[in-house]
Amino acid sequence: MLYREALNKALDETMAADENIVVLGEDVGLYGGSYRVTEGLYAKYGEKRLIDTPIAELSIVGNAVGMAIGGLRPVAEIMTANFALLAFDQIINHMSKYHYMSAGKITLPMVVRFPQGVSKQLAAQHSESYEQMLSAVPGLKVLAASDVNYAYHALKHAVMSDDPFVFIEHELLYNKKGEVDVHTPIDPFKARIVKEGSDVTIVSYLKMVDDVMAALPKIEEALGCSCEVIDLCSLNPVDYDTLKTSIEKTSRLVMVEEDHKTGGYGAQIVSWAAEEMFYTLDAAPLRIAGADVPIPYNRTLELLSIPTPDSIAEQIIEWGRRNDV
Amino acid sequence: MDKLLAETLYYEMVRGRAFEYAAKEHYMQGDISGFLHLDIGQEALSVGAMKAFTKGDVFSTYREHIMALARGISPKAVMAELFGKEAGVSEGKGGSMHLFDPSHFFYGGDAIVGGHLPNAVGCAYARKFRGEEHGVMAVFGDGATNGGAFFESLNIAAAQKLPMLFLCENNEYAIGTKITRVAPFEKQAKKAEPYMPTVEVDGMDVLAVYEAVSEAQHYIQKGHGPIFVEAMTCRYEGHSMSDPNSYRSTQEMALCKARDPIERMKKVLLEQYGMDDDTIESLETKAQNEIDEAVRFAAEAAEPAPEALTAHVFTEGGNHALS
Ligand SMILES: Cc1ncc(C[n+]2csc(CCOP(=O)(O)OP(=O)(O)O)c2C)c(N)n1
Ligand SMILES: [Mg+2]
Repeated sequence: MLYREALNKALDETMAADENIVVLGEDVGLYGGSYRVTEGLYAKYGEKRLIDTPIAELSIVGNAVGMAIGGLRPVAEIMTANFALLAFDQIINHMSKYHYMSAGKITLPMVVRFPQGVSKQLAAQHSESYEQMLSAVPGLKVLAASDVNYAYHALKHAVMSDDPFVFIEHELLYNKKGEVDVHTPIDPFKARIVKEGSDVTIVSYLKMVDDVMAALPKIEEALGCSCEVIDLCSLNPVDYDTLKTSIEKTSRLVMVEEDHKTGGYGAQIVSWAAEEMFYTLDAAPLRIAGADVPIPYNRTLELLSIPTPDSIAEQIIEWGRRNDV
Repeated sequence: MDKLLAETLYYEMVRGRAFEYAAKEHYMQGDISGFLHLDIGQEALSVGAMKAFTKGDVFSTYREHIMALARGISPKAVMAELFGKEAGVSEGKGGSMHLFDPSHFFYGGDAIVGGHLPNAVGCAYARKFRGEEHGVMAVFGDGATNGGAFFESLNIAAAQKLPMLFLCENNEYAIGTKITRVAPFEKQAKKAEPYMPTVEVDGMDVLAVYEAVSEAQHYIQKGHGPIFVEAMTCRYEGHSMSDPNSYRSTQEMALCKARDPIERMKKVLLEQYGMDDDTIESLETKAQNEIDEAVRFAAEAAEPAPEALTAHVFTEGGNHALS
């Protein structure tokens, strides 16, 4: 099954189970979604539950908040993360705060789906990642799906939960293939150990997990070591227990993210490690991230602006040699 | 209208369409990537508006290749941008959606729907403030008229009596969503009526667009405030190269193409301006040659140097007005 099909299946099954679930966004209905995640749902559930909105992101999220107050379970789709900036007032001032401000009297069972990241030459206004901002907002649960099975289970969980979720997807993952095991439920807040290892803990999420895995043979061969690769999955809350157990085994941490390095999400993980794991670490952590520039259109420049399997391997090998890995 | 201008309008439309077909072809060959939005079918609007509004600032969207050409930016610089080359108008950093050339007062390429409207309004304020008379034109789609930025811009431009020309290209669709499914009106000018005079024009008729935009520019230069022009038009291709265009019937497309702006203007040249077929054909050949040359230029042009990655995040050395 493809990643986008897994998301579709999660929506389909939850919508079949609960008629209060509605999906809203630009081109989500009749058109089937610009990444085809909602394909077929309009025909099945009709225009009352698959709501094609105008290009009005503030209202997409703002209406979803109101729908949740009014008794529905809305799933809002933002076409591309950059457009969600128009909805950040609603996400941050409304969606994340009503439950707290009302002392728990209002609950917002809602999800905002967020396709993001550097795709292929979509340039500066269509290539960004906002997990750093979103995960810094108390009152939002932020999940990031890199894996097909996780995408299915985690989206189902988010849709059925009474808390407000931001569900981050990477635009280059929609056609990723994977197995979905519908019979084995997962804990969406638990980090996933993608590969076990004993010498270096490499932490990542979203598409960078695949890029780390692609870089791994080269790294392990060059350094003669074994790496443990962890997919964070939940960016807030963070499963620090899994990280701690791994670092206690390996004594080394590498954090890989696609986003701009300054203020990037990985800074949180490394800062946690500095506070909590300082005496366990045998080397200063390595952070691999994108350049602090808007994303350029030209393909060569674009690839220079983000980590790639080659640059990940190169940086980890260089760091490993300096640190006696 | 004099014959030379009529001929220019035709030439620009033909050249624009040839540019778009070349872009499409080279997208399919992999020379161009990312989102490519073609303006085929809407040439009358892009050309008529740019040729009328020759002075003054233009803020537009991602569907702006033909506007950039009609504005006077060379097809070589635009095609090279689509190819991501250093000789491109944005040095390969912007691509198809981000064509900017302040030397032509062209801020073509905003790809956040409606996002450029407040910028255009701010620019109109600055131009008025500095006593510059030409005014500012913002071009946007029907889809952009449903966002908050649109209404905020109408309000501020009207409240401040700014020299703003709002030009709505109503092609009835925002990607696959027909405007009437998400707005209560067919004509979006209705939304501007409480704020400013509105004009409707056939966006498939280059002469009508030219006249309407010329008059609108005269109006905004009088200091009474903004004006709204809505041009009904039709795009022939999908929204972008990634859109299969499956939401419009063959019949709908046929009706749309029956209004073809180029064929229509050709008829005018033949019947009203007494041009002969040979002259028209030679214009068409000339336009095609210009585009072929632009493609050759773009293909052979150099890639940006790796150092370009970090250039232009800020001004060089962090220029400071007081230093
Ligand atoms: C704020 C924002 N939301 C969504 C998009 C995605 N998007 C790009 S173009 C488009 C449709 C725009 O339609 P319209 O304004 O009618 O212009 P047209 O493409 O028809 O020229 C959409 C939804 C975007 N670029 N920006
Ligand atoms: Mg439109």
